[in-house]
Amino acid sequence: MSGFRQGIQATIPALRRYARALTRDAEAADDLVQDTLVRALRSEHLFHGGDIRSWLYTILTNLNRNRLRSLARRPVISPIEDNDVPDASGSEGGARDIARALASLVEDQRVALLLVVLEGLSYREVAEVQGVPIGTVMSRLARARAQIKAYLDGERPPLRRVK
Amino acid sequence: MIDREPPVTEEELHAYVDGELAADRRAAVERWLASHAEDAARVAAWRAQADAIRARYGAAADEPVPARFDLDRLARQGRKWSRYAAAAAVIALLIGGAAGWFGRGAWEGAGPVRAVTTEAFDAHRLYIAEVRHPIEVRAGENHLNPWLSRRIGYQVASPNLDPLGLKLLGGRLLPGNSGRAAALYMYEGASGERFTIYCRRDQAPQTALRYRV
Repeated sequence: MSGFRQGIQATIPALRRYARALTRDAEAADDLVQDTLVRALRSEHLFHGGDIRSWLYTILTNLNRNRLRSLARRPVISPIEDNDVPDASGSEGGARDIARALASLVEDQRVALLLVVLEGLSYREVAEVQGVPIGTVMSRLARARAQIKAYLDGERPPLRRVK
Repeated sequence: MIDREPPVTEEELHAYVDGELAADRRAAVERWLASHAEDAARVAAWRAQADAIRARYGAAADEPVPARFDLDRLARQGRKWSRYAAAAAVIALLIGGAAGWFGRGAWEGAGPVRAVTTEAFDAHRLYIAEVRHPIEVRAGENHLNPWLSRRIGYQVASPNLDPLGLKLLGGRLLPGNSGRAAALYMYEGASGERFTIYCRRDQAPQTALRYRV
């Protein structure tokens, strides 16, 4: 197996973890990972060295953005940030709350936070994945944390739910 | 005592939590937190968030990797796909009531194409039910193909499906979901069953591969 393939292979578990947190939906997450792998394998010629992990996170992040856009295009009676498939695990309260808190974030903020705290990327690497300056990553991170804190503290954003 | 140290900023607090803080500021931040309870509480809350996220999702990386992610298999699939991609500057789907629709297996699992199939199905359902006005331009009119080609921005032609017993009724122009125009051809079989072919240009090249080092 080539080094390129080996690099991809070794990253699959981390991609699944990232996708799971990003979508809060195990099935959608694995679809996303598979699309990412197919895309990466097809694009070996576009990979000019560097960190293959960051490259794969970039592909997955962009594919997820496309996915959210196509979800948003359908008429749904709820705010965009609530479009994500709700967490269906029904696990214990604390864990479910963090999933809901993540769902309440704007996508760019969620990406920045997850790449830092779950995937352990440096600010610089996240800036590359998101294609923005480091300062923007830091402000996304700050807003994400403030929003999650507010959410968990009980200042729930006005979510309109349709019964 | 006059504190000569610059005040700790919020950015530094985040950097401290994430291990991104320059080593020579770490001690200063720790002193700051010891005397600023509110900031210390925020830092503790951010750490708790990170712990909760890792506790909830971290285990996903420990699960055995399912067979569907076998890279050799996906690479073969990828090559098949890239052949499609080359040919599919126009995406065309033939949909028919009784016969089901062609290519279902081949198209599954690809987001942008899935969007097109949804559009194609919607158009199919809407117009096959039209008794008097199923089409805009009749098959006999020779501007049908040039007109649709011009409007969807790609050379298209209605295939001759006579060998299958399907007669071309004509076509119409539709707004594709992506804002691109789409062409719909409608055919009719001997017993009145209707088939449609839905064509529109592929999306602009995906941006998923943009990567800078």
